[in-house]
Amino acid sequence: MKNPIEHLNKVFDSRIRLGIMSALMVNESVNFNELKELIDATDGNLATHLKTLEEHHFIKVQKGFIGRKTNTVYSVTKAGEKAFKIHLEALEKMIRSIG
Amino acid sequence: MVSENTGLETLQDIRKMMERSSRFISLSGWSGVAAGTSALAGAFFARKAIADYYHNYDAGGAGCADCLAQTLIRIAVIVFITALVSAFLFTWFRSRREGVAFWGSAARRLLWNTAIPMAAGGVLVLRLISLKMYLLIGPVSMIFYGLALINGSRYTLGEVRYLGYSFLILGLISTWFPGETLYFWAFSFGILHIIYGISMWWKYERIPVRVIS
Repeated sequence: MKNPIEHLNKVFDSRIRLGIMSALMVNESVNFNELKELIDATDGNLATHLKTLEEHHFIKVQKGFIGRKTNTVYSVTKAGEKAFKIHLEALEKMIRSIG
Repeated sequence: MVSENTGLETLQDIRKMMERSSRFISLSGWSGVAAGTSALAGAFFARKAIADYYHNYDAGGAGCADCLAQTLIRIAVIVFITALVSAFLFTWFRSRREGVAFWGSAARRLLWNTAIPMAAGGVLVLRLISLKMYLLIGPVSMIFYGLALINGSRYTLGEVRYLGYSFLILGLISTWFPGETLYFWAFSFGILHIIYGISMWWKYERIPVRVIS
């Protein structure tokens, strides 16, 4: 039997990155402040994790303005969606193989 | 090494995040109870107004149908505002108590998706009033409210969908019983709301939850 753990994606190993991906999977787009509130992370911490996901091309970033305030909106890419689904399946298999 | 527990916890984290980011879950059961109570009070006064009208009419007095219609519309407006305000307040209290944001994209989507069928129904009801087709007002309000709930249920507690189905079915059935519309109306907007409210309170709010983040 193949080891399911090899399909687990290292990028999704952090709770914050996992949270970001989960929120983006079920929403067309989520802005920075909403993510911050959902995940309960500091600005810097969240920004770092968002950057990592962006570098892997799992999410795309759109910078805009609401009035004078910046409004940065995030959404998941096709590649991100695929990677996250594979990760979830691996997790599921891992739990099944133990239970 | 990843253990069984962290895998399970991870999945639960994902699920929680998906739910919290896409659904408005602070909707309080008390909102349903409050809306139901004001509907029942409204139905009581409406019944009294109708009974008075027919009493007068049978006694040979000149019944003023337009006055009755105006009284009923006034009652309906008061009921609608009372229900809306109290539903809003209870939900607002709950989201404050649990420390979750009240106004976010989830709330916005819930509001927008229920507002569309509600607004369409509202315009239709106003048109029915001006055409004096009073018999259809009850069923139309039930049907459109049901559709609004079904549409909105994707953005809040899933149980709202069943409340919506009940309204839709009762609204349609009531068109076969034009004389009993008020009873159908009182049962759906009153009793169903209260039953829904109590069961949601029992299921989600009885044991206070701290939102783990």
